[in-house]
Amino acid sequence: MFIHFFFDLRKAGIPVSISELLSLLNALQAKIASFNINEFYYLSRTALVKDERFYDRFDQVFSSTFKGLESDSLEEVLGQIPKEWLKKQAEKFLSDEEKKKIESLGGWEELMETLKKRLEEQKEEHHGGNKWIGTGGTSPFGAYGYNPEGVRIGQHESRHRSAAKVWDKREFRNLDDSVELNTRNIKVALRRLRKFARQGSPDVLDMEDTIRSTAANAGYLDLKMVPERHNAIKVLLLLDVGGSMDDHIRICEELFSAAKTEFKHLEYFYFHNFTYEHLWKDNTRRHTNITSTMEIINRYPSDYKLIFVGDASMSPYEITYPGGSVEHWNKETGATWFQRLTNAFPHTVWLNPDAEKNWDRKPSNQITRELMNERMFPLTIAGLDSAIKTLLKAPKPTIPVAQLETED
Amino acid sequence: MSNKQFEGTSNYVATEELKMAVNAALTLERPLLIKGEPGTGKTQLALEVAKSLDAPLIEWHIKSTTKAHQGLYEYDAVSRLRDSQLGDERVHDISNYIVKGKIWEAFHSDKRAVLLIDEIDKADIEFPNDLLQELDRMEFFVYETQELITAKHRPLIIITSNNEKELPDAFLRRCFFHYIRFPEIETMQEIVEVHYPDLKKDLLAEALGLFFQVREANGLKKKPSTSELLDWIKLLLSEDLTAEALREQSTDNILPKMHGALLKNEQDVHLFERLAFLNKRKQNR
Repeated sequence: MFIHFFFDLRKAGIPVSISELLSLLNALQAKIASFNINEFYYLSRTALVKDERFYDRFDQVFSSTFKGLESDSLEEVLGQIPKEWLKKQAEKFLSDEEKKKIESLGGWEELMETLKKRLEEQKEEHHGGNKWIGTGGTSPFGAYGYNPEGVRIGQHESRHRSAAKVWDKREFRNLDDSVELNTRNIKVALRRLRKFARQGSPDVLDMEDTIRSTAANAGYLDLKMVPERHNAIKVLLLLDVGGSMDDHIRICEELFSAAKTEFKHLEYFYFHNFTYEHLWKDNTRRHTNITSTMEIINRYPSDYKLIFVGDASMSPYEITYPGGSVEHWNKETGATWFQRLTNAFPHTVWLNPDAEKNWDRKPSNQITRELMNERMFPLTIAGLDSAIKTLLKAPKPTIPVAQLETED
Repeated sequence: MSNKQFEGTSNYVATEELKMAVNAALTLERPLLIKGEPGTGKTQLALEVAKSLDAPLIEWHIKSTTKAHQGLYEYDAVSRLRDSQLGDERVHDISNYIVKGKIWEAFHSDKRAVLLIDEIDKADIEFPNDLLQELDRMEFFVYETQELITAKHRPLIIITSNNEKELPDAFLRRCFFHYIRFPEIETMQEIVEVHYPDLKKDLLAEALGLFFQVREANGLKKKPSTSELLDWIKLLLSEDLTAEALREQSTDNILPKMHGALLKNEQDVHLFERLAFLNKRKQNR
């Protein structure tokens, strides 16, 4: 059973290894936990899970593995949840946006129908041991399952049948997942973007060089100094403002403030929807105080890491046609300017605050991704991590400007 | 190995799960990694575990400049060079210039020691990787003297982290892990009682109520934690305030008395002031 539990944990994306399983078994052998499921829960969590972000997932897997022992018929579970109650609960806690999504799935009746069907399906798969709706993660119910107050059948049931179990309380829900971003965890993520270099005045003793030169100096001490190590990463941040970006202001502000304290060499400019011949630094004086894009390309050396932040949702014409900009008449296409930028700064990524599932629905996003050579990442901690990894690797080639210009 | 278990001490309230984690680490002689909000007693835990096990406590506080080998030993090449130039006799024995680090100290303690590696996330990203072998096998090799240092008694290693950096997987695999959750109101009451046993019941209730109210205010940059609550209560006690005075102050003056101990950021103070003001207006209506 532990083996099953172990593989279920791995399936849920918790990085557990054999050595951790062995140490849990070892601990059980040493009788640290008695035959009490609460103690076993604490012990297995302490031995197997090494990051509080995974506590919630662990609770869910634990619940499904060890609750499977008691068998309840599904009709009973269903019978316990009056439809009206479910609806009321969900209405109370779902945001307008989510309600709209439910409408798009065919409204409440439809949803409940599907739920019933899904429950039946799960009955057949009961041997697998997973009977909880809301832990799947892919079905609409899975999604609501992750919603803090959504349709969580497992918990409702356990509250009514017996005392609430620790793992069914799922108190660590907030610690899970990359959805929650704040300045601090952005900083942690950005901190990985570092490359140390020695620059500035020599003020630290260089031991190796001192020993070498002392030996060369016939044993007379010859002190050698070097400058201290600093993060030498330079970042050029281009942020989309206004329009559709208004929804993402908070997260962009947080990213920006985290980046500002994290990098010594940080330059930032704003654009609207897409990059054209001008960028600006002060959004209130965006029409008077502008910097030409060409000047930016020439001013900063190519070892600057170029990070675009934007939702890449606009009319495709704004990228591909001259004069497509919503604000002014642009002689050259946005794509041309974009290519010039990405060619000048080959280390580049695009961070998109929009949820990844929406990306394929927007043609402008597809074009941008193509222009970026697929280096677009969601603005979540996980996305930021992969973006930074990409920035530190050798750059991918981008389509040269000439080729693009002949295209139209 | 003694079979002593950790049960919490007279001035440290340990939850069931925390005790379990400490005892697992004790029995299997694995390092224990502790994370949690600042001020929930991570560092304090090591002190208390050492006290309750009657073991010597060796503290190693990590800074951004700390290197892993500093915990093992350092070879003081510069003083040896200097001695050689002065013709000192000591220079012939290299072991005179080996400076023992905290881990060495813990390995060579006559009793099983508790080694606290505090705030491991402050060090460079590579720091934990450099200690893998040492923490796993509890031994290391001194190249200068060709000597293998093995732990006499495997120490209980408690490592704290504030989550500023992610720790490498290989390192995590070797540890037990526990996340200290922010205590609930009952646990908090217990904690305060342990620290201030003669605190009047009504003052405690009032103070805790205010404290959780401050904590729940949305959008605070830094939420006050256990250690801040304890400081605040200490202040209240030294001012000899009664529960009535505290209550009065809080409705009268909007901000709770001595709020400086709870809110550490002027934006937070402003924000809380605004929230409290709105709240009051609602009540008066």
